[in-house]
Amino acid sequence: MQIAIRDVTKRFGDFTALEQVRLDIRSGELIALLGPSGSGKTTLLRIVAGFDWPDAGEVHFDGEDALSHSVGERNVGFVFQHYALFRHMTVFENIAFGLRVRPRKFRFPEAEIRKRVEDLLDLVQLGWLAGRYPSQLSGGQRQRVALARALAIEPRVLLLDEPFGSLDAKVRKGLRRWLRNLHTELHVTSIFVTHDQEEALEVADRVVVMDKGRIQQTGTPQQVYDHPHTPAVHEFIGESIIVPVTIEAGEVRHNGEPLGLDCQGLESGTAQLFARPHDLAIVPSSGEHRLRGVVRRIHGIGPARRVEIALDSEKSETLIEVDALRAQPLRVGERVGIKPEQYRLFPTGT
Amino acid sequence: MAAAREAQLKLDVRADPPFVKWAIITVTAAFLGLFIVVPLVNVFAQAFAKGVDVYFAALTDPDALAAVRLTILVAFVTVAANAVFGLVAAWAIAKFDFRGKNFLITLIDLPFSVSPVIAGLVFVLLFGLQGLFGPWLAAHDIKIIFAVPGIILATIFVTFPFIVRELIPLMQEQGTEEEEAALSLGASGLTTFFRVTLPNVKWALLYGVLLCNARAMGEFGAVSVVSGHIRGETNTMPLHIETLYEGYQAAPAFAIASLLALLALVTLVAKAALERRSPKDWATRN
Repeated sequence: MQIAIRDVTKRFGDFTALEQVRLDIRSGELIALLGPSGSGKTTLLRIVAGFDWPDAGEVHFDGEDALSHSVGERNVGFVFQHYALFRHMTVFENIAFGLRVRPRKFRFPEAEIRKRVEDLLDLVQLGWLAGRYPSQLSGGQRQRVALARALAIEPRVLLLDEPFGSLDAKVRKGLRRWLRNLHTELHVTSIFVTHDQEEALEVADRVVVMDKGRIQQTGTPQQVYDHPHTPAVHEFIGESIIVPVTIEAGEVRHNGEPLGLDCQGLESGTAQLFARPHDLAIVPSSGEHRLRGVVRRIHGIGPARRVEIALDSEKSETLIEVDALRAQPLRVGERVGIKPEQYRLFPTGT
Repeated sequence: MAAAREAQLKLDVRADPPFVKWAIITVTAAFLGLFIVVPLVNVFAQAFAKGVDVYFAALTDPDALAAVRLTILVAFVTVAANAVFGLVAAWAIAKFDFRGKNFLITLIDLPFSVSPVIAGLVFVLLFGLQGLFGPWLAAHDIKIIFAVPGIILATIFVTFPFIVRELIPLMQEQGTEEEEAALSLGASGLTTFFRVTLPNVKWALLYGVLLCNARAMGEFGAVSVVSGHIRGETNTMPLHIETLYEGYQAAPAFAIASLLALLALVTLVAKAALERRSPKDWATRN
């Protein structure tokens, strides 16, 4: 099912949770709403679900107005961060709930309900826990039951609010791979909210980065990681090194010295150079066109090392962390040069 | 070895000397015995002081039976009214945010802090002959004060915090996610209430109902003010006991009292059974 979100605005008192949000979600897509807390991502999800209504804007499901329907009528599967399983029902009854509460006319016979629940239990690999109560399950098991319960009503769209947020790191990793596979298998249009960029980049077909109630960027994980549109996106997705620079007549300068870099079309003035830790090369300090600094600390295990470098500066000190290969000989206190191989320039104050 | 162990035990600060332990237990037991067991036993002793015949005669006296019936009626209506009100109020407070919520919570506690006699008087001032609505009620031939409706009103007032106060913390803790989940799965509001909300609070609700019932049956002060003490008509069990006792009929008075005490004991046993059956997380909270 396609979802079209048109200029949705939502305020809570003085706080603007969503500002003119526009988003198109294609049928069968797995979309991640990514952003820090307070960015409006959960509010957007709840509006799509039908738990909240926007102050302005429209939401369409396959071209049909969704806002005129209640949550029950929209046929959405919602998975809560804290599972929200019915605590007085067994796993089996939790999953069967959506089938049992149908109006008598549309209700399946008991045998059909049992069969469907058993199929779902197999799908989430929890058949052996059918008779247990939610309090007897682990967090990962509970979340899988919650997912099976949401899938039982054959939803047109699956909405997941921080689905792995309350699980420990290891379970989380396993479960998100599992969710990815499940989506490949079922192909139901899905939106999931997360503040974990790693999770969003790994699982989603497309990532929607949100900040302060606005969509900052929409794109595939590769696009948002490699070509962030704004400093906020650059900082939020992956690690960022930020170096204050000036631009004078098309020349990028740090500490007065020209860096020999393309100014990416920026006007003269102050700017910020953004790069990833692995996109900077440590080179000798002698020579032209490079950032210069002193190695402060070297740490890290594995093939790459993290090198902390204090950049030369007349004003405040800039500390950056650069990845270097173990093979490269470096000492603490050594003067080095740094060449950005990939970078983005943003004017200061954006 | 043994000596070393002895020395270690002396150093263990958690282990009080045995005499302290036994002294504390004895004081507790003696206090409970003196103030609870002895009076309770005395009630039964006095009830049977004039023999079994007098005891059963007192219980089967038409006025006594009328008092029992009235008490059960009052308790039944009170519990039903407070259960409905309790669910509504707890729902409002636990699941919505609105202006004046704290004031509402304070108001719910009011009956606990107001003397029951004052509660009774309030109703007399409102509905009595000289009261605010008195003339209107008299003109329409509706009797509230010195009649059953007044007794029920006063009892509801005195007992209404019991159920709400059990429900509010539980509902607050549970939040609204399960209800939202049920709605998203296509359940109607009513279905959600009966399949999700009510089962989640049933133990707390039952517990509140028991407490409310116990208090409703035993209420004296507020009921005494509004009832008018008409034997066989507006006397509840506690009022009937008082009437008998004042009339120098000690044995019948204690007979009825023993019945009331028995009801209290049944409630106590039911409460203990409930705590044993109910889920742990809920039982430990109370």
